[in-house]
Amino acid sequence: MAELDTSSKDGKGGKVRSKKASTRVDLTAMVDLAFLLITFFMLTTTLNKPQAMDLAMPDKDEKNKDDQLAVAASRTMTILLGSDNKLEWYIGEPGKSAPTVEGYGKNDIRKTLIENSQKVKQSFGKDMFVIIKPSDKSVYKNMVDILDEMHITNIQSYGIVDISQPEVDELKKQGIYQ
Amino acid sequence: MPRVKIKRKSTSTDMTAMCDVAFLLLTFFILTAKPKTPDPVPVDVPGSTVTVKLPEENVATLIVGSGKVFFDITGANVRMQTLEQMGQKYSTTFTQEEKTKYANMQGVGVPMNQMKQYLDLESDKREAFQQPGIPTDSVSNELFNWIREARIATKALNGAELRLSIKGNSKEEYPTIKKVIDILQKQKVNKFSLITSLRK
Repeated sequence: MAELDTSSKDGKGGKVRSKKASTRVDLTAMVDLAFLLITFFMLTTTLNKPQAMDLAMPDKDEKNKDDQLAVAASRTMTILLGSDNKLEWYIGEPGKSAPTVEGYGKNDIRKTLIENSQKVKQSFGKDMFVIIKPSDKSVYKNMVDILDEMHITNIQSYGIVDISQPEVDELKKQGIYQ
Repeated sequence: MPRVKIKRKSTSTDMTAMCDVAFLLLTFFILTAKPKTPDPVPVDVPGSTVTVKLPEENVATLIVGSGKVFFDITGANVRMQTLEQMGQKYSTTFTQEEKTKYANMQGVGVPMNQMKQYLDLESDKREAFQQPGIPTDSVSNELFNWIREARIATKALNGAELRLSIKGNSKEEYPTIKKVIDILQKQKVNKFSLITSLRK
């Protein structure tokens, strides 16, 4: 092409010297990019690992059912998980103390758990025992949430137990079994 | 007096070595990163504040979503061994090719009587196939046997206890989860993990 060849004719007509270009390339930008990608891959690989919440269920021994640890009713707190992300709790035996309907979260069940465990600790000198009874209308998230609250409030003794009919009736009465 | 000349040093450094190291590390991280495989059903894992990580090996995951259960084990050898044992139990023989195919899959939820056909499908057809989930009813409790055989295979091959974990959808109704937990408890697995994500 004519336009490209114009430069050579401008010279003195002597030897055409080819300019020796330096072989050095500025690598700064390349290094920047590489380190950016490294950081990205490092962060994503470690963050992607799933978290595991350990859960130990009470031993279900069908042969000898009497082999169970009796816990004083006055220092047990029963939590019934109902529908619509609502739960109901009471202390002691069902029907003897008024149940309370609450939600999950910082200002609801967590406060209650802390208050109750302190109360039990003061009056009995022992830790509170929490029984969690998820109903058929609760969802998996509710169960994980309440177990998480146990971790947060540092309650060591708790168990997940099947719900019984009177407790289902109780949930129905409160309107959180739909 | 002669002036003392201060030599000006060039500010540009040789970046070649640094670049080499950076790309070496980059290659390493890319190669070790495991590609995230999609779950057979959309699973929205509930959040929690627990920060204990799940171990990499000897873990079986029960993926629970939309009322279906899928079973996943880590380790290709354990997977192949488990499939063979399951085949013996349900009188199906799997070829080596089928076993290798199964070893490379994740989260399978197909009843045993369809397993052979499922493994023989082309890979793109297999992805389109709607997996019905592993039967958990009392008539053909295949999930129970899967867990059992996987535990036996892990014990025999790796000499370690298989760790069971449940990966459930947030909105999954409790009866489905309870069914899975009951199956675990029936074989005296009272300790297991629930997979959660970081709470937002």
